[in-house]
Amino acid sequence: MSFTSNPNLNKSKRFWQAFAFNSFRLLSFLVVAILVVILGFIIINGISVISWEFLTEMPREGMTKGGIFPAIVGTLWLVVGSLLFACPIGILSGIYINEYAKDGWLKRFIKLMTNNLAGVPSIVFGLFGMALFVNKFGFGDSILAGSLTLGLLALPVVIRTTEEALKAIDDSFRIGSLALGASKWQTIWKVILPIALPNIITGIILSVGRVSGETAPILFTVAAYFLPKLPTSIFDQVMALPYHLYVISTSGTNIEASRAMAYGTAFILILIVLLVNLLANWLRRYFGRKVKMN
Amino acid sequence: MYSLESKDLHLYYGDFHALKGITMGMKKNEVTAFIGPSGCGKSTYLRCFNRMNDLIDNVRIDGEVLVDGVDIYQKSILVDDLRTHVGMVFQKPNPFPKSIFENVAYGLRVNGTKDKNLIAERVETSLKQAALWDEVKDKLKKSAFELSGGQQQRLCIARALAIEPSVLLMDEPASALDPISTAKIEELIYQLKENYTIIIVTHNMQQAGRVSDNTAFFYMGELVEYGKTKNIFTSPKDTRTQNYVTGRFG
Ligand SMILES: Nc1ncnc2c1ncn2[C@@H]1O[C@H](COP(=O)(O)OP(=O)(O)O)[C@@H](O)[C@H]1O
Ligand SMILES: [Mg+2]
Repeated sequence: MSFTSNPNLNKSKRFWQAFAFNSFRLLSFLVVAILVVILGFIIINGISVISWEFLTEMPREGMTKGGIFPAIVGTLWLVVGSLLFACPIGILSGIYINEYAKDGWLKRFIKLMTNNLAGVPSIVFGLFGMALFVNKFGFGDSILAGSLTLGLLALPVVIRTTEEALKAIDDSFRIGSLALGASKWQTIWKVILPIALPNIITGIILSVGRVSGETAPILFTVAAYFLPKLPTSIFDQVMALPYHLYVISTSGTNIEASRAMAYGTAFILILIVLLVNLLANWLRRYFGRKVKMN
Repeated sequence: MYSLESKDLHLYYGDFHALKGITMGMKKNEVTAFIGPSGCGKSTYLRCFNRMNDLIDNVRIDGEVLVDGVDIYQKSILVDDLRTHVGMVFQKPNPFPKSIFENVAYGLRVNGTKDKNLIAERVETSLKQAALWDEVKDKLKKSAFELSGGQQQRLCIARALAIEPSVLLMDEPASALDPISTAKIEELIYQLKENYTIIIVTHNMQQAGRVSDNTAFFYMGELVEYGKTKNIFTSPKDTRTQNYVTGRFG
């Protein structure tokens, strides 16, 4: 018996092993590199316009000067609004699908539909939101209509992550709680949800990332081309970062002059997503700890 | 009157006939051991007494199950209340990801106890009954996951005792534990007998011999033999029982 009974075979095996390993490594470096280049490009071009003035002032002189304050505020409103809508409904749906719905065609159908919903292009959500919220419900172009539309977009993500987070929890927790005379809802509320929370939060944050960067859904439902004042109610229009970026890079009064503003806006948009992700990580760890200690 | 009783009980998982006409009764203050090869229906039968089988899809039950003389499968039964009356301890310790204190307090809280002093008192008493108090009294706020496996199992027993059931169903409570923890649990069972009706499922013949007053031998969904533990082990009437207790199959 020998460890090298067929040296040729071993050679080819080793070659392919090394080849696969190295090419995968190369590919993943490539992905990272692309990301670094994109980020670097935006940061280098954008950081020069970032100033207190840029963050806190209204746009001026055909959006070539001043700041993007109303767009920042608008995006925050929309993110919060869409979450207020998507989280309760999404989490409750996820709970229903995983904890209550019996295996069968109804459950399969609901899951199929949520998956399909996740694949619908966002412009379609925009059209739907316009038809339903803006026109049919008569909300007009407003934070309310925009938030509901973005909320619909976030919904499948929230449902899916809730469902996955619940599915990952060992049944012995449920059984242990029920065996103590707890009702199903008490079991979910007091034992299961706290365990699932860190993962649900992650899902919600992921959807925040998506919602804050979407342009198409807000195009016909809330976004204002130029509106240098802050909203006073949920029936007002607002400016929003992604749409503002689109406007000043494609259809502003002086596109060349607003180029720097565009990079600055992109920078802030990325920064917001980044901060939100950091917050998510922190919350995850915080809740993760709390679940054990509590 | 029996504390637990079943009359001609049949249970089906879909088409599978898992329990075949089981009739037997268990008295208060006695420990009954369920023995038999894996898959013979011990756990299934145990779960009939606190209706945990309700959680499984496609389960059908025929016959009667009585707890303190009451048919627990009649419509008017409140299953949550039944389970506070008939406690259960599982094979794998399954504490909640909460503090030691909150684990024991859980059953009280979900059943509506609000009085903080009363809860603290019950938690202490239950932990003492479960012979865990001395080991955890200084770290009640710590996570239950910081305890060893044997301690976790005793915590689960304390958790079950906190709501003052009158029956304790134990499904191989020591099979995942080391010998010292096992000895502690057996000691515990012996003491708890004073106040409870106890059923323990076990694969360990010595354990059945040590802790139980009566033993029931199950085989392929049937109750083959049931009697005083002493008799089952020394003079079984059925050859299948004899083969099993002498270790010739199972
Ligand atoms: N949830 C279930 N669905 C279908 N069959 C089951 C289920 N649980 C147990 N069974 C079957 O019922 C029989 C008895 O199982 P169980 O009561 O767990 O046996 P034991 O506890 O004696 O090992 C086994 O054949 C098992 O495969
Ligand atoms: Mg079993």
